[in-house]
Amino acid sequence: MGKKILLKNDHIPGIQSYDVYRQHGGYASVEKALKTMTPEVIVEEVKKSGLRGRGGAGFPTGLKWSFLAKPEGVARYLVCNADESEPGTFKDRYLMERIPHLLIEGMIASSFALGAKTSYIYIRGEYFYVARILEQAIEEAYAKGWLGKNILGSGFDFDLHVHVGAGAYICGEETALLESLEGKRGNPRIKPPFPAIAGLYACPTIVNNVETIAAVVPIINDGGDAYAQIGIGKSTGTKLISASGHINKPGVYEIEMGITVEDFIYSDEYCGGIKGGRKLKAVVAGGSSVPILPAELILKTAAGEPRLMSYESLADGGFATGTMLGSGGFIVMDESTSIVKNLWNFSRFYHHESCGQCSPCREGTGWMEKILHRILEGHGKMSDVDLLWDIQGKIEGKTICPLGDAAAWPVASAIRHFRKEFEDYVQKPSSIKDVKHYYRLHEAGTAS
Amino acid sequence: MSATKEIKFSDESLALAEKLMKRYPEGKHKSAIIPILHIAQAEFDGWLSPQVMNYVASILKIQPIEVYEVASFYSMFNLKPVGKCLIEVCRTSSCWLLGAEDVISHIEKKLNIKVGETTADGMFSLKGVECLGSCGTAPMMQVGADYYENLTLDKVDNLIHRFKSEGKRKSYTDQAESKSV
Amino acid sequence: MPKVTIDGHSIEVPDGTTILEAARKIGGKIVPPAMCYYSTLKTSGGYCRTCIVKVSKGSERDPRPMPKPVASCRTTVMDGMEVENITSPDLMEARAGVVEFLLINHPLDCPICDQAGECHLQDLSYEHGLSKSRYEFERRTFEKIDIGEKIKLHMTRCILCYRCVKVADQLCDGRVHGVINRGDVSEISTYIKNVVDNDFSGNMIDVCPVGALTDRTFRFKSRVWNVNPVDAHRDCKKCAGKVMLWQKGPEVFRVTGRKDTYGEVIDWICNECRFDKKQTSDWVIEGPSNIERTSVISQNHYTLPEPAHKPLLNDVKIVPDHYQIDNKK
Repeated sequence: MGKKILLKNDHIPGIQSYDVYRQHGGYASVEKALKTMTPEVIVEEVKKSGLRGRGGAGFPTGLKWSFLAKPEGVARYLVCNADESEPGTFKDRYLMERIPHLLIEGMIASSFALGAKTSYIYIRGEYFYVARILEQAIEEAYAKGWLGKNILGSGFDFDLHVHVGAGAYICGEETALLESLEGKRGNPRIKPPFPAIAGLYACPTIVNNVETIAAVVPIINDGGDAYAQIGIGKSTGTKLISASGHINKPGVYEIEMGITVEDFIYSDEYCGGIKGGRKLKAVVAGGSSVPILPAELILKTAAGEPRLMSYESLADGGFATGTMLGSGGFIVMDESTSIVKNLWNFSRFYHHESCGQCSPCREGTGWMEKILHRILEGHGKMSDVDLLWDIQGKIEGKTICPLGDAAAWPVASAIRHFRKEFEDYVQKPSSIKDVKHYYRLHEAGTAS
Repeated sequence: MSATKEIKFSDESLALAEKLMKRYPEGKHKSAIIPILHIAQAEFDGWLSPQVMNYVASILKIQPIEVYEVASFYSMFNLKPVGKCLIEVCRTSSCWLLGAEDVISHIEKKLNIKVGETTADGMFSLKGVECLGSCGTAPMMQVGADYYENLTLDKVDNLIHRFKSEGKRKSYTDQAESKSV
Repeated sequence: MPKVTIDGHSIEVPDGTTILEAARKIGGKIVPPAMCYYSTLKTSGGYCRTCIVKVSKGSERDPRPMPKPVASCRTTVMDGMEVENITSPDLMEARAGVVEFLLINHPLDCPICDQAGECHLQDLSYEHGLSKSRYEFERRTFEKIDIGEKIKLHMTRCILCYRCVKVADQLCDGRVHGVINRGDVSEISTYIKNVVDNDFSGNMIDVCPVGALTDRTFRFKSRVWNVNPVDAHRDCKKCAGKVMLWQKGPEVFRVTGRKDTYGEVIDWICNECRFDKKQTSDWVIEGPSNIERTSVISQNHYTLPEPAHKPLLNDVKIVPDHYQIDNKK
């Protein structure tokens, strides 16, 4: 069994409730932080732990925290990014639903470390019922004195609120999230300034993913060094992986970073192999944005080394032969999957979710989707594959926020590794069967 | 539908809206716009008419256009009337890999409507939505606050039958009826 | 004062100056084009991406290049920064990509568009675009609407620069129009039928880089190059009263704000000056307006500028003759 830190008490009946959570050591990190540590010491521990942002970018959390500006008399905020909407990712939902107090505990300790007196959990609107679970847990935490004025007599006052969104992938981008939290359209901001300097209400702000904040709890309890002992190299600690697609045992798994991809896919402890005993065709390892890899490259690096579940190993080979750990949304596709159609599905998603603020993403995402749709309908041209390649290259790196890159990478990688399949679709349209179109076409009456 | 009804929150909703506005610093109450629009959509027949949005603007003391801008950006807000049960089927990624298209076409046939349409009796609307974070329990659909996961066509039939016999409007703000992860 | 070098030209500029503004101080061909940035509108810029440049050296202190092209209108210079604009073929290719994106859904209705001849998108596509589109799908269209008696909104032509929204926010009270919906169906709209009615709302027409917002009192009356612009002023209680009158003979066809080299209005004008003072006798005429020699509006002096770079494809340009003739001079 791999080491579990975040989900170690996941199996305990009633762990959702305050009493059971507390009986199993809950809120110990807040006690330790408020009674025995200074904010600076906590930031140091987080730095030592090597924890990296679990939302997708993998930026070192301690370093991010150290960038927080601290001007006199200006409020600071911690905002939890619970907008989980990267296709293939559902770990934050699982964590919030199963162990809501873990997130609240992490928010209190982290806010203390950052000097935030009010913090918000921005949760995607579709998770309304999860927001209710969190609200209830927050109420319990207030009742027990973990939130509010003078917590544990330490003089630390702290309020925590849940804020629901209303359906927009882009709000997972931290500056779009802040705009949305301010009551505006979720248009990403132009950086700099970064949120650590001017974030929510133009005040210094840190935005962290749910899993990142939850990981602060064991880091405070056991120390940054102990956390850094887990995992491999610069991929310290454990990672929640959302496993889905054509596997026998989909679900959320906490893994110690460094296990092999092969073990993760085939062992009974994790995914339990491919459904129906079919062959593995491809994997999108870190949520829909990251490059898709064919079976041979996801299981082994180009150099023939076993690929590991870690930031570095998954990225080995760059985008030519590697991918990214991203948010840990691990989507498995068996031999029956059409890569072209899967790509169209992703491209439709990015087209639908583009905020429309900057030209390359607003116009380019729709263009790519239309070309893919044309190929799927059997009207593709051989030049379409090159055109797609060219368009994605003109979006990548040219946009305000990373959604442009996220829309470009799946296209680039699918063509890079499965070009022949695109050409086959173009040359033998008769091979395309059963194409169903749930194409957007301004779906009557809805805002989407 | 709501044409004759006066646009005004119930006392309970108004109190909730005021409580929500207080969660944000002085002068930053516009932050509460999305939560309040959710309350409004639930209270006024599942969609946001211009009159409802103007009312929300008056509560927040902002220009109506600021509400239109926000409401039209987010996919959970309906700017046209919808059926009592808005069936939102996830069509992205893992749900697609595991049969979302079959679920959608099954519902289309069963209710005799296309995606984006509402049944003649005003009971159901069907919408294809993007990843709802239920990939491990795909395929899935959301109706109101509830996620219905690991769908089979039989399961879909039973749910539709049940919704129809209950005849209730479903809102995101409802208490979720059951949960399964 | 930080020193920045753009395409080999160095200049010292005050702290906080953007790359674009520094380039404008240097002037000439190295100035990046801008479709959404407007120096007098706060928070404008960053959206269209046409002004992107390559920062090959971040600063003296941290000489690392920036990993991606940056929007020159929203990136401030650092001391020792080195920027490549027209000297970087990669960057020119990237910009051509942006121009193509702006054009794929833009209607090709220049022959009937009032903005033709003073349209920034026309200039941009001449200098940076391809001669034919690779986009083979139906273009996006919207209904034309009147937002009040004086202004026509032709959303199909809009490139979502947000300038008109910023005018409404920063010059007018009680904004009634904005950007609704999202992605490629975003639109400038009042959402419900509504009238943009404010003393300064007419400036939205002047800041629009394309023909999306046009002056209803001038629509289809004349091509801009068939009317003569003169500078004129009057005593106005609401604005500086400094305008351009566009005349044919004694008749005033339209009134606009005066614009600088980069097409930006120098003094905002009020709607009374713009829409209601259409008699020569309302104005003190100062003399012919200073129009760029390269502009189509500068009749009989029409010369085309050398393109900032060689066309990317070997495609024939639509107007090659003038270019060649001028080059021979």
